[in-house]
Order: sequence, then structure tokens, then C-alpha cells
Amino acid sequence: MMEAVATIPPFETFYVEHRDEVLGLLRRQLGRDRADDAFQETFLRALRAYDRLSHAEHLRAWVITIARNVALDVHRRTRPQGELPELPHVDGEPPFVELAALTDGLPPKERAAVVLRYGYDLDYDQIATALGSSPVAARQAASSGVRRLRNERSTR
Amino acid sequence: MTVTPDLDRRFRDAAVRADLLDAAYDVVETEIGPLLAATTDRGLARLSFDPDPEAHLEALARLAGPRILRAPRALDATRRELDEYFARRRHAFDLTLDLRGLPDFTVRVLGELARVPYGQTATYHDLAVRVGNPNASRAVGTVMNRNRIPIVLPCHRIVGSSGSLVGYAGGLERKVTLLRLEGAIL
Repeated sequence: MMEAVATIPPFETFYVEHRDEVLGLLRRQLGRDRADDAFQETFLRALRAYDRLSHAEHLRAWVITIARNVALDVHRRTRPQGELPELPHVDGEPPFVELAALTDGLPPKERAAVVLRYGYDLDYDQIATALGSSPVAARQAASSGVRRLRNERSTR
Repeated sequence: MTVTPDLDRRFRDAAVRADLLDAAYDVVETEIGPLLAATTDRGLARLSFDPDPEAHLEALARLAGPRILRAPRALDATRRELDEYFARRRHAFDLTLDLRGLPDFTVRVLGELARVPYGQTATYHDLAVRVGNPNASRAVGTVMNRNRIPIVLPCHRIVGSSGSLVGYAGGLERKVTLLRLEGAIL
């Protein structure tokens, strides 16, 4: 069971804790040169949303999702027709692991929205920030992801 | 994968440029030791003889919000004015101050404190009289002791009625150094 909701740490603490891992992820996806700009963009996006976070759960998953989406944006910008990069899995704990496997076939945005909503229990404001979209779009992505999963089930 | 100092600094600078921080801090080296300086969009909020950020982050977050980052660039003006002060080229600070959250009495006492000129001293009782409460010397002492922005708000210029230096949150040695620097004592 969840204890009292952890207070949100000062951004400095959050940044120092996750910067190396985020840079590693971005370098693997984008290469050394493009990773530096994406690194800055990732933490600026996080900073923009940081004071609206309602709790401090899953901050690592949150920032990694932001980083992945920044990487996706860079890929889209730099090779419009190219295929999407393979998303690395967030290693870890029970609910989202199962969801990650289950949602494997979904389009990236829908998959991210479903995993963040139902695996990490983030609200749509947080998800919107992670995806670089609006709360309404985040809600739509999650619900169309769920619909797609249901349809896949029933046609299987 | 380790973030290089250069990449790290570029992010911190960008955060300041994008105006996304509730508070920014840095450690400023001075001749009386390292000081932790923290600023918000309203002005300088902290200057502390305890340079360990951990000692201040929680209180800063309560004051200003959680978007707190070490960002040297945001403290450029503070650093420059302190450098000038310690080089005896500056007698008054032009920095705006963030005194949010302080009780009314404290703000009035600090307002009077700010008017005690460079190179001079006043007594706790003097300040009490100036805020219209001659019996409040002890309360004035407490305000001096808890001063969040020493040096800029010059609590080192406040001494006992007998002329004794009494005390200083940063240690008496620092109080003596500052008063000597200003030529208030030999």
C-alpha cells in the first residue's frame, strides 16, 4: 500500500539523481552529438511541468518518458520518413512491467499514455508533459490505446 | 554515462534564460568564507554562512516553490556586489530583496537596519526605538540572529549598549572582520 504521498523534492535533487541515466538513454538513441541538445530539452520540459506535479511517485519513469519523447521528436525532425527507434524498456517493478509487455503493439504515444496512466498512475497533466502534448490529447491517447487493446483481444 | 561539466552548465544557464526557476542558488566565495546565496524572481532571499545547500533547499522550496536549481548565472549580480563590498569599492547594495513570509515586526526592524550607514554602528536599543518599540531590544536581537540576508542587511553593525559586540550568527570573528573592513572599529 502507498504511504503518505512523498513531497516533491527540490528540482536540483531530482536533476542530479537522474541526469546521468537520461544522458545515457539519449546517447544510445540519438548518438553523442544530438544527445546533448536533447538532454537540455528533456530537463527544460521537466522543469516546465515540475511545479504542477501532484506527487513525487515515479519521477524516474516520468523523466525517462520525457526523454524518450524528446528523442522521438528529434527522430521525426531529422528523418521524416524513417522508422521509429526502438523504445528501451523501463526496468523495474510489477504493474508497469506487465503493461509494457501487453501494450507492445500500440503506437508509441498511445502506449506511453496507457503505461503512464495505468502502470504508473500519473494524472493527465503529468502525462501531457511527458508526451509534449495537452492533457486532453493525453486522455485521448490513453483511451484510444485502451480501445485498441480491447479490439485486439476480441479479434484474437 | 556522466554529464560533463560543460553540458551541465549549459542546462543550468538555459533554465535561467528560460525563466523557469522558482529559486536559484550558488556558493559565493568571499574573504569571510563561502556563502550560500539564493535568489527568487523577487530578489535575494538568502545569504548564509552555512554553504551546504541541503541546509536550505527545503525552506527555499516552502518559500518559493520546488523548481530550485544551482545556477551560478542567476547570482551574477549578487556575486559582483559582494566582490565590490569586500574590495571596499561598494558601501551600499543595490540588490532587491525577497522578504516574503517574514512577520511585520521583523520587516520593520530590517527596514531600519538597512538604514544604518556603512562604517557605523547602532545598538539593539536604537533599532527598537526607531521601530517605535523601545522595550523590544531583545526581540530586535532575535531578528538580527535570524537575519536571512546578513551583510546586505548589515546586522553586523548592531552592537550592545555598552559597545560590546554581543554576538553574530556567523560567529563574532566574522562580525569583527566586517566592522574592520568598513572601518567602524580598529
